[in-house]
Amino acid sequence: MRPAASIIIFTSFSGIGFGLLFFLGFGLPAPRGFVALIFLGIAYALAIGGLISSTFHLGHPERALKAFTQWKTSWLSREAWLALGALFFMTIYGIGLVFFGVAIGLLGVLGALLSLATVYSTSMIYAHLKTVPRWNTPLTPTLFLVISLTGGSIITGLGEITLILLLMTGVIQVIVWIRGDRAFYGSQTKIETATGLGREGEIRSFAPPHTGSNYLLREFVYVVGRKHASKLRLICLVMMIGIPIALLSTAFNFLTSLVAAFSHLAGVMVSRWLFFAQAEHVVGLYYGKRVGT
Amino acid sequence: MTELPKKTKRKLGLVIDLDTCVGCHACVVSCKGWNTKNYGVPLSDQDPYGSDPEGTFLNRVHTYEVQPVEGEAQLVHFPRSCLHCEDAPCVTVCPTGASYKRVEDGIVLVNEQDCIGCGLCAWACPYGARELDAAEGVMKKCTLCVDRIYNDNLPEEDRVPACVRTCPSGARHFGDFSDPGSEVNKISESRGGFDLMPEQGTKPVNKYLPPRPKDTIKEIDVLSPLLVPVAEEPKGFMDWLDKKLDGF
Repeated sequence: MRPAASIIIFTSFSGIGFGLLFFLGFGLPAPRGFVALIFLGIAYALAIGGLISSTFHLGHPERALKAFTQWKTSWLSREAWLALGALFFMTIYGIGLVFFGVAIGLLGVLGALLSLATVYSTSMIYAHLKTVPRWNTPLTPTLFLVISLTGGSIITGLGEITLILLLMTGVIQVIVWIRGDRAFYGSQTKIETATGLGREGEIRSFAPPHTGSNYLLREFVYVVGRKHASKLRLICLVMMIGIPIALLSTAFNFLTSLVAAFSHLAGVMVSRWLFFAQAEHVVGLYYGKRVGT
Repeated sequence: MTELPKKTKRKLGLVIDLDTCVGCHACVVSCKGWNTKNYGVPLSDQDPYGSDPEGTFLNRVHTYEVQPVEGEAQLVHFPRSCLHCEDAPCVTVCPTGASYKRVEDGIVLVNEQDCIGCGLCAWACPYGARELDAAEGVMKKCTLCVDRIYNDNLPEEDRVPACVRTCPSGARHFGDFSDPGSEVNKISESRGGFDLMPEQGTKPVNKYLPPRPKDTIKEIDVLSPLLVPVAEEPKGFMDWLDKKLDGF
């Protein structure tokens, strides 16, 4: 799949933003006044900045509000509602913290749960696609949720919980890669079922339907990440997990948290780039592009 | 609405015969021609006369080589377009309700005024039936020529999809699969019509017919037994030479 920059920025930034809102909603920490404003400001900048970025890949961003209508069947529509709900309750909760110095616990918890549900719905957009076997697994929402919580916990500075979450993210990420590398060839969809010619003999794409490129080839068929995939995975693990653990297990202070957060975010973006770039869509079978590797 | 109808009144679709398709791409051209001038925005081209031309098409013809265990390899031309699935995954993912499946005839359509061009329906389609138009930013797909098949302004023989009307080898058939006695059902049943990627659970309406087995030519040449090579092993001078050369 084509790793569109707007989608990588969206899933990485809003994931961490909503993760931060989750902890703030549960009062971990429960700052008041100006400090609360700073925390909420960071969370909102990440969450809303990501959401805005996601509209850049649309053909018609001016019609984006129509995406609220189909929540009954569409995960993208559900995501829009859940994000709106999370931001609504967290804003009221935040006004209480910043201006009145009170934490209305119920609103916070509601906002926190909706924040996590937003991340879940984002991940389900990808996880429910049978056409991309690498994504079509409960591991996809697991990874998105744990990354979101880890990012949030680094910014809130939760000590041991952060370290445990970092380790969990590392383990789940590696499991996702190991399973993912086998997913396409382990799936039932092959060139034999795609063409229905399996009974006739061995099938080879002899001539493509068009000499130039097209939307399908650009969007779904070319897998970009193969060449440097293992190096990028290593870079991802070092930035997303290694550096934050090394820093935060030495000292918990503003500086280590800041560097750890930026390193983690950079690592998450590499993880998301690989998530898209390495994903194989079954339509590639028609173009003979999924054979033998 | 992106909820799929539980049942459609009719199931309009195509039977595509992989035996008689000659790979001429006439269906591709007629599809592009009709659908550029009619339903929805035109099917745009980018750099059409330059060195790197490409464009939006609703129908594309692949060619595969099929090598049986014994015998000659066979070429199969394979038109690929929307199958108007009963359980269409492209419809349910649509966040805006632009994609829908019609209750009256089962045709899957895009209401282009509601399409935000997010591309998710194309991600969900295993068949590559949907292409986002690069000029208009909306999703294009086969309409089963909805603007031909009910069009009273056209002569009756033209009230079929453009690809069916134009196919010179009769490899494409249009009809109603909900009617057990329909021509498309009869052809599909008698020839072993099959679904593409049945494991994806999309329940395609369109059916494909497999290529017929190739004829085998019987040996009828009465002189051929006399032409069988007689000397398997070298004799005389050649035998001596063979041994001498082996000895080196």
